[in-house]
Amino acid sequence: MRNGMLKAVLPLLLLIAGATSARAEGSEADFKTAYAAAEAANKEAGALRNQWTTTAATLAEAKKSADAGEFGKATASAREAEALAKASIFQATSEKERWKDMEIR
Amino acid sequence: MRPRSAIQLASAALALAMLACAAPAGATDKVDPVADAKAFKKFFTDKFPKVKLEDFVNGPYSMNEDLHRQWEEKEQFPPYEFSLEMGKEMFSKPFRNGKSFEDCFPNKGIGIRQNYPYFDEKEGKVVTLELALNRCREANGEPAFSYVRDEMAALTAYMAFTSRGKPFDIKIPNDPRALEAYQKGKEYFYTRRGQLNFSCATCHVQSPGERIRAEVLAPALGILNAMPIYRSEWSGMGTTSRRFTTCNSQIRGVPLNPQDDEYRNLEYYLSYVSNGLPISGPGARP
Repeated sequence: MRNGMLKAVLPLLLLIAGATSARAEGSEADFKTAYAAAEAANKEAGALRNQWTTTAATLAEAKKSADAGEFGKATASAREAEALAKASIFQATSEKERWKDMEIR
Repeated sequence: MRPRSAIQLASAALALAMLACAAPAGATDKVDPVADAKAFKKFFTDKFPKVKLEDFVNGPYSMNEDLHRQWEEKEQFPPYEFSLEMGKEMFSKPFRNGKSFEDCFPNKGIGIRQNYPYFDEKEGKVVTLELALNRCREANGEPAFSYVRDEMAALTAYMAFTSRGKPFDIKIPNDPRALEAYQKGKEYFYTRRGQLNFSCATCHVQSPGERIRAEVLAPALGILNAMPIYRSEWSGMGTTSRRFTTCNSQIRGVPLNPQDDEYRNLEYYLSYVSNGLPISGPGARP
């Protein structure tokens, strides 16, 4: 009986989970959130005078996909841009001391 | 003694002890341009014992005998000649107010390239030759030239040509701001940036003489003595500003604006450590 109920409910649960997940990865609102986070991180890298060209290119890709209505793709690109911007921030921060390792003395 | 006072006293003593310990560590980071320049030259002459000190200004041509022969042949009909002629004409041509570049520089601008960049104590910043040329134009009511295009390359090519053979003579005045500018230039030179995680030193200290794709990398020692350069890759002339910004974008870093403080300081550092090596600009590179 319990198994029977589970079998009946499972497809419905999967359907809901799928829909939620698709919504989480692909809505315009999700894109906007991801894009804003990426832009903020890239702005921080700019304040450190260490932006990467690849961050700008990936942000442009995200915008292009969003303009075409492909919000899943756009959100993925925005998240990638945020990761790139965060890596450039890490680089700028760690290099504040690490540059000395390479210095000719 | 109350417990709170005891804690405050102990904290103060601890802070003082930490400061005392920190002082010697700071002393090891003392900025010493003379020692830097000496170590810089030693590094390259040890690495390339067959290359004469003054030959480092020839960049990749000093690293490779075949390339050196090609360069000697190129110099018979130098590809930068058109730029040199253009620069000479532009330099003496009066502005609309009747004055010319000659009025903005010591010795009418002839044979002074080796003294740039210099630290301007009034402004508290480094002034490069490219910047001085544009400031001259603006002071005489003319619009500034692009720092990365042919006009600026032509003017600096002509000025470098009149200084050929004169040793770089960059001064660091007794001003803490000048020392700070020098130090910041050094920091920029060694700092990794861009997605490729390269510093200027990655190519021009760790790998001169090695190939990066089809190119032979130039040593950092004397690298600015040949500026501006005609690059076959660009099919045209390139200023120091163009070289710096292009290097940044090639390692996937967003370049700063030409003549931003970072680039001015970098030029100051790189020129200072090449003091004594002759100006060879304008140069030609593959």
